[in-house]
Amino acid sequence: MKAFTLDHAPNADTALAAMGQGATAIAGGTNLVDLMKLQVATPERLVSIRRTGLDTIGYDGDGLRIGALVTNADCAADMRVRQDWPLLSQAILAGASPQLRNRATTGGNLCQRTRCGYFTDTTQACNKREPGTGCAAREGFNRIHAVLGTSEACIATYPGDMAVALLALDAVVLTQGPFGLRQIPLAMFHREPGEDPSRDNVLQPGELITAVKLPAPTGGRQVYRKVRDRASYAFALVSVAVDLTMEQGRIARCALAFGSLGTVPWRDPAVEAVLVGEVPSPALFAQAAEILLRDARGFGANDFKIPLAARALAATLAQATKG
Amino acid sequence: MHLPLSDMYNQPDERNRLDHMRQGVIGKPLDRPEGPLKVSGTATYAAEWRIAGCVDGVLVLASIAQGQVSAIHRDDVLAREGVLAVIADPAMTRRSAQGMAAKAPQQDAARVEYFGQPVALVVAQTFEQARDAALALRIDYTDASDPAPFDPHGSGVKVEAPSDSKPVEGGDLDQAMETAAFSIDVEYETPGHASAAMEPHATIAQWQGDNLVLHGSYQMLAYNVKEIADCLGIAADKVRIIAPYVGGGFGSKLGITHEAVSAAIAARELGRPVRVVMTRQQVFQTVMRRSETRQRVRLAADPAGRLIGLGHEALVSNLPGEKFAEPVTQATEFLYGGENRLLKVEVARISRLTAGSVRAPGEAVGMQVLEAAMDELAEKIGIDPIDLRKRNLPATVPVEGTPYSSRMLTQALEEGVKAFGWSARQTRPCQTREGEWWIGMGMASAARVNMMVPAQARVTLRADGSALVETDQTDIGTGTYAILGQIAGEMLGLPIAQVTVTLGDTAFPAGAGSGGSFGAISTGSAVMRACEAIRETLAKRLGCDETDLALKDGSASGPGGESRGLPDLLDGHDLVETGSIKPGKTAKEFSQASYGAFFAEVAVHAFTGEVRVRRMTGAFGFGRVLNAKTARSQCLGGMVWGIGSALTEELAFDTRDGHLVNHDLAEYHVPVHADVPAIEVILLEERDAAASPLQAKGVGELGICGAAGAIANAVYNACGVRVRSFPLTLDKIIPALPDPFASAV
Repeated sequence: MKAFTLDHAPNADTALAAMGQGATAIAGGTNLVDLMKLQVATPERLVSIRRTGLDTIGYDGDGLRIGALVTNADCAADMRVRQDWPLLSQAILAGASPQLRNRATTGGNLCQRTRCGYFTDTTQACNKREPGTGCAAREGFNRIHAVLGTSEACIATYPGDMAVALLALDAVVLTQGPFGLRQIPLAMFHREPGEDPSRDNVLQPGELITAVKLPAPTGGRQVYRKVRDRASYAFALVSVAVDLTMEQGRIARCALAFGSLGTVPWRDPAVEAVLVGEVPSPALFAQAAEILLRDARGFGANDFKIPLAARALAATLAQATKG
Repeated sequence: MHLPLSDMYNQPDERNRLDHMRQGVIGKPLDRPEGPLKVSGTATYAAEWRIAGCVDGVLVLASIAQGQVSAIHRDDVLAREGVLAVIADPAMTRRSAQGMAAKAPQQDAARVEYFGQPVALVVAQTFEQARDAALALRIDYTDASDPAPFDPHGSGVKVEAPSDSKPVEGGDLDQAMETAAFSIDVEYETPGHASAAMEPHATIAQWQGDNLVLHGSYQMLAYNVKEIADCLGIAADKVRIIAPYVGGGFGSKLGITHEAVSAAIAARELGRPVRVVMTRQQVFQTVMRRSETRQRVRLAADPAGRLIGLGHEALVSNLPGEKFAEPVTQATEFLYGGENRLLKVEVARISRLTAGSVRAPGEAVGMQVLEAAMDELAEKIGIDPIDLRKRNLPATVPVEGTPYSSRMLTQALEEGVKAFGWSARQTRPCQTREGEWWIGMGMASAARVNMMVPAQARVTLRADGSALVETDQTDIGTGTYAILGQIAGEMLGLPIAQVTVTLGDTAFPAGAGSGGSFGAISTGSAVMRACEAIRETLAKRLGCDETDLALKDGSASGPGGESRGLPDLLDGHDLVETGSIKPGKTAKEFSQASYGAFFAEVAVHAFTGEVRVRRMTGAFGFGRVLNAKTARSQCLGGMVWGIGSALTEELAFDTRDGHLVNHDLAEYHVPVHADVPAIEVILLEERDAAASPLQAKGVGELGICGAAGAIANAVYNACGVRVRSFPLTLDKIIPALPDPFASAV
């Protein structure tokens, strides 16, 4: 770890001022501190935003506004979330461990970085960590890597669960930065790597997440299915978030998002389009999977994610459309 | 020193003294005396000693796989704040010492043999300064002249016979395979494993004149002292190791490794104490791995399901010249019949960190494959897997003809069948579906060799009638403090509160150390013998034969009803005796092993292929149970490792440069709480006089030896997918799963 300074900002404006002078925001630190120990991240100046007061949950019209500093544990346990947006609660509880969820925050979780073993090992080539060095994962041990949205430069996944649920729920990320306030739909928040994998999301330098806004509840059936190597404390191999409404035996409305499948939380309108208006059946689910995975490409050790995603989707749709 | 018995354990001690004592503490499920310290964070582990003037060192790892250090650019980092020294000494190790080496491992760290090998040490005022400087240190290398390949199964790999073991050959296996009514010939693979002890390797080195004191985390202190002394070129009696608490070892701390030697060198160079704690990643990358294995198993059976042929051949790997070869076939030698046999291990020479002992070397991976193959044979013959095992228990060890000291396998199978409810198992796979899950049951035998190693312990019966046990034996989380106290309490007739056990200091007599499941029986026997010597003296003073002496609750009584309190008999003086034991003829004249049986019920997800263990039962016979609670915990822990070996654990090496990709506990998946279901442990009491005077055998590793096989067999029984490559991750299962919609969801 490199030497660094740490200041506590009493409010968002102070934090933004510090960030404007080059400080890196730190909230729970569950990811950033690990990366600092490995010198994958080497900030010289940290500004803690834990005392900025952005840690409340409140209604916002029919929707819900979740402060950036609300911990994952508090968000998952919130009665409003559990009743009307249970998908979010399920997704959060599927991730990490109780200790981490007590510390990790809503904004920080959205910004967590990939767990690609080549990204976290400074002896290895990684365009995300060090642009221009290459991607050692493409030809390496890439079992946990993406099959959608990859580029020559990078095949790393966004690893989290919470963002996948937020994507299916049409959440919006609220930010404050040098150019004022922004409302960024979750679907636009994370960046596919393209030629520049170093930036995971569209946040500008000095821009701070202040809250996440959920639109009015859909009243649909919500299921988060996380497929993983062990029963807890493991990142998803594939996850599926669905929010779906049945009417007269047909799928009337459907939002689907996928985790650990793409380089970003993945949503594909064409998949939802093929399902809406149809009577659920294994054949329909297979058709949806075919559309989802039409451009999927494996890199060897992660080839299995393609059939696995189809299977996870079928199981999730069968569960959400049953009875 | 008064030794009433020969050191060498040449004849089974049929006197079975412990069963004739009066105190009634032996075998009881007593708590560990040090437990409260550990759970309250007040037991002092290696890195936690506060030593004045101590500074921190961090190892620098090579960023190449093979070559020679040609230049170290010290000046850059020496100019940094807090940095005190950059140590690159020819005495620094490049490999870890194997268990019981008692001499230096390969030194000269400037020669790089595998990716991430330590090549230098940076010392600074603080750990963070040292770590930063270690990452910043620039090192130049020249290429290796004769590099070893990275992939044990790639082309151009040199494959050798191990230097210290020979194949077991008998009859004509090929012929047996041809004439067999039923046969299988299958190849299985197991991946590399890490010990993954909770406490990373750590040493604080402090010189006092010519004497070196190490606070460290090691398993076998008497050997470790010699290893360190040999590395430094000093006499072993100049080295003292203090290690009262060790946060797990699982083989990785049997021999010394890089942090110990470099701390000692740095402390000498700087003239002040130096602490070196390895990071988690460094432990994974540099200390010790279990080799991956490729195993061919051939089983040939007659029409009645009796084995006429047994082949078990394994390819393992290690660094060039390294002696250790994962002894995959160790239990296959004695477990089942089949006079026509070929058991063989070969070693591929590759560039990866040292391969050595990790959690039951040999049986852990050998048994899980053998037992999975036995399941395949049982299915082919069309008999219950239990019956196949029972039909193949030989009267003596095949080829050798050695008798068994004792063997509780049949009882374990029968007790396990009852407790688990094996009769509910469906014979054919894919018969039980609960919602999205296929349910299945599997079983496997357990076997692990029993070993005794030389051990000594000193017992003092103090004038006040309390007792003190002293040995350098370590407690690596296994319950050694508890059981040694119980042995002394039983032999001397003292309530457990009257016995103090002090461990982990080489100032005390040399115990066995912790490893190979031998610590309890070896050092326990030494404690028992010291107590016997004390009893002799007490008996004399009371005027009776030692065998007639009854000691209970601090009082001594003889056959004639005469009775005196211990303080009275001791008359103001301590009685001090050192007990000693060494393996003797019983080790060669008997086949000694602990046995058991595993039963597992698993659920396999019909869509995703995820496997979750729903329940497990293990029944184990390992001689006398010294403490029913700690023994049960050992068995539980072993079965949890079995879950890991079956389903999740795998070292992932990049075969382009041999570097370890998953070098932390987030990506190297040991089972977590949610993976561990209700586990039932059945302890089968027996007495084995050939194994030790205690009548006890080793139990520490038994719980893993075959456990993964039971889980793999249950997976097959659940969903009909036979995976011959461990761990059974879902990617290997989904290609062969039946249509999930074909059966009702």
